[in-house]
Amino acid sequence: MTMPLPVFIVIPLVTAFLLPIFGKKGKAVATVLANVATISLLVLAVLSIGQSRVYEVGKWPIPLGINLVLDGLSSLLLLVISVVSAAAMLFSARYMEQYTAKAKYLTLFLLMVAGMNGVVLSGDIFNLFVFLEIASISSYALVGFGGEHEELEASFKYMVLGSIASIFVLFAVALVYGNTGSLNMAYISKAIQSSGLNVGLTFALTLFVVGFGLKAALVPFHAWLPDAHPSAPAPISAMLSGVLIKTLGIYALARMIFNVFGISVSIGWLLVTLGIVSMVAGAFLAIGQWDLKRLMAYSSISQIGYVVLGIGLGGLIIARGGNLAWASLAILGGLFHLVNHAVYKALLFLTSGSVQMSTGTRQLKQMGGLAEKLPVTRATCTIASASIVGIPPFSGFWSKLILVVAAVQAHFYWIAAIIVFVSLCTLIMYLKVQRYVFLGELPENLQQIKENRGTMLVAMVFLACLCVLMGLLVLMPVLKSNILEPAVEVLKEGLLYADRVISMVEKV
Amino acid sequence: MKGMTIIVKTVSSWVKMLIFLFGIYIIISGHLTPGGGFAGGVILASSYVLLMLAFGREFVEENLSLPLASKLDCLGAFAFALIALLGFVFGGTFFVNFLVGKYGQPLELLSAGTIPLSNIAIGLKVGASLFLVILTLSTCCKDFKPGTPFDGKE
Amino acid sequence: MLYALCFLLFMIGLYCAAVKKNMVKIVIGIMVMEYAVNLFLIMLGYRLGGMAPIIDKSHLESEAVFAQFLNSAVDPLPQALVLTSIVISLGSLALMISICIRMYEKYGTFDITEIRRLRG
Repeated sequence: MTMPLPVFIVIPLVTAFLLPIFGKKGKAVATVLANVATISLLVLAVLSIGQSRVYEVGKWPIPLGINLVLDGLSSLLLLVISVVSAAAMLFSARYMEQYTAKAKYLTLFLLMVAGMNGVVLSGDIFNLFVFLEIASISSYALVGFGGEHEELEASFKYMVLGSIASIFVLFAVALVYGNTGSLNMAYISKAIQSSGLNVGLTFALTLFVVGFGLKAALVPFHAWLPDAHPSAPAPISAMLSGVLIKTLGIYALARMIFNVFGISVSIGWLLVTLGIVSMVAGAFLAIGQWDLKRLMAYSSISQIGYVVLGIGLGGLIIARGGNLAWASLAILGGLFHLVNHAVYKALLFLTSGSVQMSTGTRQLKQMGGLAEKLPVTRATCTIASASIVGIPPFSGFWSKLILVVAAVQAHFYWIAAIIVFVSLCTLIMYLKVQRYVFLGELPENLQQIKENRGTMLVAMVFLACLCVLMGLLVLMPVLKSNILEPAVEVLKEGLLYADRVISMVEKV
Repeated sequence: MKGMTIIVKTVSSWVKMLIFLFGIYIIISGHLTPGGGFAGGVILASSYVLLMLAFGREFVEENLSLPLASKLDCLGAFAFALIALLGFVFGGTFFVNFLVGKYGQPLELLSAGTIPLSNIAIGLKVGASLFLVILTLSTCCKDFKPGTPFDGKE
Repeated sequence: MLYALCFLLFMIGLYCAAVKKNMVKIVIGIMVMEYAVNLFLIMLGYRLGGMAPIIDKSHLESEAVFAQFLNSAVDPLPQALVLTSIVISLGSLALMISICIRMYEKYGTFDITEIRRLRG
């Protein structure tokens, strides 16, 4: 079933502007409308799996106009964004009752979803920058939503670093336009293929890596993430850590490097190095944390390192001219880990929000023995922890296994050893979470707490089921070839993206 | 925020109308001359800012209150989305200019299809938004006492 | 040569945003960086001895006049890009200033070395 591509951007945008009309009295209606919007986005994303289309906005032919491109990588990311945003919106129906300005929260949330959908669908680098800014500015406002001391400080730090990253990206877009004369990704890629990389374009590529790397929180650009993710309200932490750093950071970086500029050996090694440093630094810094959400934020940095390592390893093998089957296995591992991490990190942050709503604290030393008071939260948190550590048969095991196998096959044995070592560190940190939060003695001031009811439970159970079932995505060939393989193909074919887009346009 | 002297109040109550009219001119002839929706919207908002500086914030808030400005903001956004959707309904592609060539000659005031309508929607939205931003920012620090702790350290 | 001056302005803004301790000065540094990038983007479209790319009736009279107009007009695309970029930076600036004001109300100071409750 074909539907026009702008519908993914228009539905959240129009709903976001519809909501302030309801004001303070119609809060229930506003919440229901927002949930309807995110669930309809989920349905539309599922219906558009496996299609690839180019949509010219306004019937202006490319390169004169803006086009929206839907291919394998975009449809995979659309699916991930809509799953996590539907779950987070369901969760926030009950969780945001603690805050006063709920209608504005829903508007900002839907604007962030619209921005992310725009980044994923855009086929034009300036359009990508505009939607990147829409999503980023909404997330700056959402991080500081509570208005307390720590939240404002975290939001200010995030905003300064994020703005500097966006300005770097705009500078790089200007340099690319100046050197190639076009803004459309397909035409830029053709121009770069025919003229080669000169100084300006190399500088632009460096600026892209710095800018998008800062949005993706790769080490050494990670300084904002440990402050911003804990201070945000729990569903926003889930969205930020689950999809925002992946869409704005990793998707944009992969699209630029693989499809527009073309992968080379030095860029491949750069990605592999950034991935390894992020993995190790994130894991070490996470073990010593005593704040629940801050620990999870550092572990996000470490897991994003896995994804960048997988994609970088695949790119390195392609650039060296090695076996393409190994490269596609590495990219498959990286992308599957991206999908997995979105689901289980979102679930972990939602459970931490549920714990915080019941007990009123985030410090591990003040909790304990919550296993019998919060049974559903405990079960879902255990499932998510088992996934992130990599225990079979949960989904995290499969993606780490694919990464290790790909590294060993390509004779990078030291990378496989580092992956196993960091998985052990992840095991340590999540055992710490389980022991301090759920096992042990129940303090006296927490004797009266009860389990949370309603939509929060529905959202958590939904994501937990997905965690268990996600392993089937690689095991069942029909799911793998429809959902994951097209994404891997897009990254592997690299510079052929331009020819495909131009041929798809001329057919229509 | 108190107002200013009587001379400033009298002159600004004449000048504000000129500024508002100039803003509307920039919005409407956006397809012929530089400017368009955003620049005209900023000029519209600045006429209200002049009023706020001359008469005090409470006077302006009674004149154009916060919920009304918020609704004008949403109305501008809806008008823009509606024009884009009508492009889809009538023309087959999202956002297409479906009125071009039907009314008027090129380079006249009444021409170029949906572009003047989009300009008007954007001008309304930007004017209302900027007015809201400046009104809200001036509500803070009502009890600011000069000489409080920060002393020009860089 | 002019591009180098633009880059110098960008570096001044980056220095200001990275080194200064007053919150408002950091925001001003970010705004200077945005001005530098907008300036760079407009300078890309310039053509030596060009004129503004606005058509009026005198240009449509004959083919020769129109061809001469096309040869001497500057590039209009960067101007549209800069307009969008100015709007985006306006939104970002409004958000930054409002967070600065809120932080002043909570902490009582604009100095970021004293606002350090989150560490570790």
